[in-house]
Amino acid sequence: MLAIENLNKSFGALRVTRDVSLSVSRGQCHAVIGPNGAGKTTLIHQISGVLRQDSGRVLLGERDVSHLSVWERAQAGLGRTFQITSVLPTFSVQENVATALQAKTGSSLRFFAPAADEAALNDRAQTILSRVGLADRTDLPAGNLSHGELRLLEIAIALAGSPKFLLLDEPMAGLGKTESMALIDLLNDLRADFPILLVEHDMDAVFQLADALSVLVDGEIIATGAPSEVRENPQARAAYLGDGA
Amino acid sequence: MDRGLVIGGVIFAFLLAMPVLLPIVGAEYLTGLLIKAMLLAIAAISLDLIIGHGGMVSLGHAAFIGVGAYTTAIGLQSGIEEIFVLLAITLGATGAIALVTGILALRTSGVYFLMITLAFGQMIYFTLTSLAAYGGDDGLTLWSLATLFGSDIVQDGRGLFFFVFAALLLTWIGVWRVSQSRFGRVLRAARDNPQRAEVMGYPVARYQLIAYVIAACIAGVSGLLLVQYAEFVSPSIAAWQRSGDLIVAIVLGGLGSRNGALLGAFFIVIMEEFLSSFLHEWRLIYGPLLVLLVLFAKGGLNDLLQPTSREAS
Repeated sequence: MLAIENLNKSFGALRVTRDVSLSVSRGQCHAVIGPNGAGKTTLIHQISGVLRQDSGRVLLGERDVSHLSVWERAQAGLGRTFQITSVLPTFSVQENVATALQAKTGSSLRFFAPAADEAALNDRAQTILSRVGLADRTDLPAGNLSHGELRLLEIAIALAGSPKFLLLDEPMAGLGKTESMALIDLLNDLRADFPILLVEHDMDAVFQLADALSVLVDGEIIATGAPSEVRENPQARAAYLGDGA
Repeated sequence: MDRGLVIGGVIFAFLLAMPVLLPIVGAEYLTGLLIKAMLLAIAAISLDLIIGHGGMVSLGHAAFIGVGAYTTAIGLQSGIEEIFVLLAITLGATGAIALVTGILALRTSGVYFLMITLAFGQMIYFTLTSLAAYGGDDGLTLWSLATLFGSDIVQDGRGLFFFVFAALLLTWIGVWRVSQSRFGRVLRAARDNPQRAEVMGYPVARYQLIAYVIAACIAGVSGLLLVQYAEFVSPSIAAWQRSGDLIVAIVLGGLGSRNGALLGAFFIVIMEEFLSSFLHEWRLIYGPLLVLLVLFAKGGLNDLLQPTSREAS
């Protein structure tokens, strides 16, 4: 569903992405782990179009999206969440989701009819909010949500774009134990419908969710495979997992 | 009932009653004052579309008033007198200039956007001062004014008052509707978090450009009406200080709210008139007053009248 082929990116003399290739197929959750500064977020930025790769390709399904802009990739079916929560803080929770839905439902070059009165958008937003467990937060300004709720809202926004593929940048970051467990359940549930590329530090989450795992060190994938294999890989252990893992 | 709508309705009803009331009280000159306030309000409401709803702080908005006014003046000088023809030319000219400057300005954001709009505004200002055939620095007195379907009804007094009133009412309704439409929602989303809006699948700059052009066109219309009211045009109406006044009006009134720009514009004109009538150094009072309002009424005058609802979201 998503394939990355020989991606390279340098900032000056610093090579932040070295020849990275990986693919995620339907029904799969592929996790990318690696120490801080390994280039995980840079990789996500290249997939979503925030940064342009120096060479290599990003394929979404059969389509080469390497040279599309951020919004074009979103329209092509790439949904993403951010490491640092990114929502529309003055919008209500429902309007956050409705705004994302609107991008895929008819033209947004309508200048007169009040958007907030569009029942079709609001109802679908409500369905999505129920799915992530925010149904009782509908009318609250998004800026008033707790950190855990914001992470859920981000996922709701990503789902509203009816993505073909989800790119999740550390969705567990900053969550407490119970919140993480709820989020893991949610992601396990979503995986059936959306292939996921997950960048995550929380190893519990990674081992519970991922079907495949890649270890990124200094911009390079040093090991990739099923989590159980990677766990036994000495290189990966040395670089990242540590003895406790 | 929506409180913002009620407050707005009261203001407009009050304005509508003025031409009837004023002759009774015997203060004809107030009609002129109100026309001035309404013209400022039209420009301020249009600026609020890009600043309040769009988050794009432009310091060159008055230049579009200037473009509108000069297009009208030049049209009148060339013998075009029908107001709707002048309106079409004005919209075309301001729209075209806004489109070109907007494409360039919107490559930036934040303080850089402010600087580049200031620069374009000053370019337009100095271009106007160099129009020797149309009075240059000194400006130009118009000996003929626009007509409405051949009638001189919109040239002064009540006719002009009602014409400006109608323009303000349409602007007030239109800009609010636009801000709450699908388009406006994208614009507000881009103000809140441009990256998020982009990742949702919106080409943010395109929406911002459309808003910028719409706002410029409305400012152009206020320029047209200004010529019709003042029977005179000079480059000073396009100076960047005038853009600053507009920003003061919308911040004072309450950014991105239904009545903020309207209240702010009226407040400024009325305070200026009132304070300067008994004190030559009226700015000594006006300045601190602005400071107090901004400090203690963050949502502006609109919030004082409508404390709980932050409807603009």
